Amino acid sequence: MPFTKVQELVYEMKVSQVMTRSIITVGPQMPMSELREIFRDKRISGTPVVDGGRLVGIISLEDFIKWLYDREGDSLIGDKMTRNVETLYDDEPLVHAVSKFDTSGFGRFAVVERLSGKLVGVITKGDIIEGLLKKLEVEYHEEEIHRYRASHIFEDIVADRTTLVFEYDVVGREFDRAGESSSRLKRTLTRLGLEPGMTRRVAIATYEAEMNLIVFTEGGKISVRLEPGRVAVDVTDSGPGIPDIERALQPGYSTAPQWVRELGFGAGMGLVNMQKCADEMEIISAPGKGTHIKIVILTGRNR
Amino acid sequence: MTTDRVATGETSVSSEVGVAKMTLEEVREILGAEVIAGAHLLSLEVSMGCGADLMSDVLAYGKPGSLLLTGLTNQQVVRTAEMADIVAICFVRGKRPDEQTIKMAKSQELPLLWTKLPMFESCGRLYRRGLIGVSEYTE
Repeated sequence: MPFTKVQELVYEMKVSQVMTRSIITVGPQMPMSELREIFRDKRISGTPVVDGGRLVGIISLEDFIKWLYDREGDSLIGDKMTRNVETLYDDEPLVHAVSKFDTSGFGRFAVVERLSGKLVGVITKGDIIEGLLKKLEVEYHEEEIHRYRASHIFEDIVADRTTLVFEYDVVGREFDRAGESSSRLKRTLTRLGLEPGMTRRVAIATYEAEMNLIVFTEGGKISVRLEPGRVAVDVTDSGPGIPDIERALQPGYSTAPQWVRELGFGAGMGLVNMQKCADEMEIISAPGKGTHIKIVILTGRNR
Repeated sequence: MTTDRVATGETSVSSEVGVAKMTLEEVREILGAEVIAGAHLLSLEVSMGCGADLMSDVLAYGKPGSLLLTGLTNQQVVRTAEMADIVAICFVRGKRPDEQTIKMAKSQELPLLWTKLPMFESCGRLYRRGLIGVSEYTE
């Protein structure tokens, strides 16, 4: 599991999502000797001390052991508890709790509601770890379910023929955004469970096409039709058009400006690469009439 | 200077073509590289190396499972890696990508390395230690 995911969750999740809610409290007038049973029966190692609905302290197993050790007869919890209780608000992010555990050295914090100041729970380091693990597991399962559903979509749809269409609008001249559409398309196809080799060919072909749209036109559209066993890509624009298609298909022939070359493209390989990825490719273009490129990519076994 | 390989008992290139893999940690060591992104992914393995400054060439000749060595540092390098199923990128000649490019790589869990060595020496060192090239790779 990537480290970054946990970091993200620590900021995203709130104290209230992981704290223990069904809390047992004790009063300051209760004798220390009664703690033994409470700790044993409830399997806890510390509990808030509440007086008249107000949080006045925390008594922990450590306090109890210390009392046992220098026992001078029974005492009241109120005399042995930790008084200056540090609390957390229920709506604070987990990262606050983590840093508070780190700096204070305490094993647990009482959690109070921000508005009412009412005690609503207790949080320990164990709660945080358990909460994070649960959340990671849930997200993992959700992703698995998404993946499974997506990859079985053709089996789930009952029809004589099924076609999924994805359309992407590409804005011209925005070099920084080049590849955004292809990236989104690739993620979609991966999720749909297409074979990786086929997905890669579609991604490279659309990426080169997207680059052409951005370099040579004011923008255009990439339309992708997905059918069982094949992907059809249509790239259309109303740009300057290609005067000599045969020449444009020669490796190394380029009309791209210098700035494009400096960015690693424009070396006359775009259309060549698209052709290399495609099982069928057709270019319809004339000067001033825009360009329409049709590409068909087949699954490995249909090639 | 082939004695080096013989002396250290490394497998000879001719008989083992297509099988040698290298972890990113090894790549980092061999190139004295720094990790810019994906420090938690250094146990990933690359099957071959691909050195290019022209991204179209990477798209045309690169193969899935490659390490890309490049002197180009813009966002399109990361995009290209994404499309071509490149495992990791190592920037050569001491060129560093900008923050935007690093951010994009991080969001894709794509490791980025950075070495001061020039392209030829970077490729040469990796090749000498057994990392093969794209044309030698067979599945």
